[in-house]
Amino acid sequence: MAHVPGAEGACAMLKIRNLDAGYGKLRVLKNISLHVDDGEIVTMIGANGAGKTTLLHTIIGLIKPSKGEIGFQGKSCSQSSVGKIVASGCALVPEGRQVFAPMSVEENLLLGGYVLQRQRGKAAVLKELEHQYELFPILRERRRQLAGTLSGGEQQMLAMGRALMSRPRLVMMDEPSTGLAPLIVKDIFRIILRLREEGNTVLLIEQNAKAALGIADRGYVLEVGKVIVQGPAADLLGNADVQRAYLGREKIE
Amino acid sequence: MFWEPEKECLAREDLEQLQLERLQSTLYRVGTHVPFYRKKFDQLKFNYDKIRSLDDLRRLPFTEKQDLRDNYPYGLFAVPLRDVVRVHSSSGTSGSATVVGYTRNDIKTWSNLVARVITAAGVTKNDVIQIAFGYGLFTGGFGLHYGAELIGASVIPISAGNTKRQIQIMQDFKTTALVCTPSYALILADTMMEMGINRNGLSLRYGLFGGEPWSEAMRQEIHQKLGILATDNYGLSEVMGPGVSGECQECNGLHINEDHFLLEILDPVTLEPVAPGEIGELVITTLTKEAFPMIRYRTRDLTRFIPEPCPCGRTLKRMQRVMGRSDDMLIIKGVNVFPIQIEKVLFEVEGTEPHYQIIVERDNHADKITVLVEVMESIFFDEMKKQRMMVDHIKNRLASELGVGVDVKLVEEKSLERSMGKAKRVIDRRKL
Repeated sequence: MAHVPGAEGACAMLKIRNLDAGYGKLRVLKNISLHVDDGEIVTMIGANGAGKTTLLHTIIGLIKPSKGEIGFQGKSCSQSSVGKIVASGCALVPEGRQVFAPMSVEENLLLGGYVLQRQRGKAAVLKELEHQYELFPILRERRRQLAGTLSGGEQQMLAMGRALMSRPRLVMMDEPSTGLAPLIVKDIFRIILRLREEGNTVLLIEQNAKAALGIADRGYVLEVGKVIVQGPAADLLGNADVQRAYLGREKIE
Repeated sequence: MFWEPEKECLAREDLEQLQLERLQSTLYRVGTHVPFYRKKFDQLKFNYDKIRSLDDLRRLPFTEKQDLRDNYPYGLFAVPLRDVVRVHSSSGTSGSATVVGYTRNDIKTWSNLVARVITAAGVTKNDVIQIAFGYGLFTGGFGLHYGAELIGASVIPISAGNTKRQIQIMQDFKTTALVCTPSYALILADTMMEMGINRNGLSLRYGLFGGEPWSEAMRQEIHQKLGILATDNYGLSEVMGPGVSGECQECNGLHINEDHFLLEILDPVTLEPVAPGEIGELVITTLTKEAFPMIRYRTRDLTRFIPEPCPCGRTLKRMQRVMGRSDDMLIIKGVNVFPIQIEKVLFEVEGTEPHYQIIVERDNHADKITVLVEVMESIFFDEMKKQRMMVDHIKNRLASELGVGVDVKLVEEKSLERSMGKAKRVIDRRKL
């Protein structure tokens, strides 16, 4: 039999089927299905209010889904607590960074390593801290500084470093480019690409569709809680609907 | 050989997840963008949330050829015309023409899927591929052309017809792969023989055939006469064109590009799924088409799924070669008769040529089939007794295969009309 790459078995890291979730009576996500394979960057694009953040919050366990299944590394996690989900290897870089402003940069990072400390001990945390400083040299320079005094871009890097401290299998990022200067955005996206090179899997939520599709392997377009189209990132960049709605390509003639 | 190994060998579980995701968004898009489907879904009070598994597809209505005609020309397009970069039209051999459209992404997908089919058949970038399918409104020529170009083969876009020139070019350009209908491949072979050309002098190694139903016996015939590995591929313009499925070098069923098409096989009468491996009508839903998505399109093609895994390693499910059309199915004295069954018997009989015609008449209120078969000249010159024996032999074989008696007439070689494209095998003279 010929060598068959990829046929060794199912390889989806995150698998979501028919997910419904919302707030109280408000149904935000409507029958969402999506998957993220090992080693992929997958992006979810959509306008404000489409349900992107709700989706991430449901995956991480902050919101309990009303219907549907979420499978992470082959295990169902739709009813698990946030702590358990994070401990199983899924981390979230929240929208608007949410760093602990009155604490130092290093304290923020160490807090992100609490899962690792519990599982592997102090030495592993210190090793991981060193790795974050390599990835984000600016954080090493600012290690004693209070997080609240950092610039927007530095805070974003700190938020990413803090999430990575748990050595997650899947990193989810909620609009990392929001409110940052274009040059800084470029840096952030370069780091996301580097994360993939290091074997991480990334689910990236973005309003900056062009930049996100530029680095992603695949993408999903969310519109009022429904996936309207999905596919390889290159195909989405070439999709006329996506161009009109998210890439500002439509010219008025 | 694989074109997209990671897709062609996807684990079933991952494939089904992908299919479900694509089905859900396709339904949402057609329901919002195509008035025809919006109306249908509204009438059904169809709720998108009800599609929670691939089986839920069965809640949806079929799309028929007539729906395409009723919405002629652009009524079923899911994108505005400015996003359409190509329009094709079906030949309209039976009834008025239909129109299909492609976006830039659709053409890209099409090329890619045909590249899979061509690669599976053994063709590589080192081959010289002669495309004798018609170019133009018919999807066959362009579809194969795109796929062949994408894999980097040298493409000869000769189009259909002009048999002597086809052979000339095949010789001069050292063609290694031939693309045409299987019946035309036999015409080429016969013409070559007439011209006194030895096939061993040609560079031909592969033949990719499609566009009409053919049989295993015909494959053997092509293999003998042209000395090539003959593979079957399948597609129809209503869902894309060629690229829906194609055979690998095992020559035992066509791998369906299931990540782009969802196929069902249904009983043509009850429209319920047949048991696994049983013959029925093929119904196709497109999963990635942008300009012209189709939901449960009734192809009228008869086939069956081959449930066993293929030794080539592809996990994409196989379908058997198309065995006829559900509307070609002749009901003779209450018995279902498929022309392909007749063809199968004729190919097994020594001394007959692969050209035949089936005449259906009503004689004194009873259905009657007459099969006209071309036989080799040597038999005609021989004594009558031998001919009679042959007729009886064919009659007996047909009666046991079909379960109904038929008449058989032998005719001289080349007395039946030849076709450059799809052969017309059945002439129904019954007035109902």
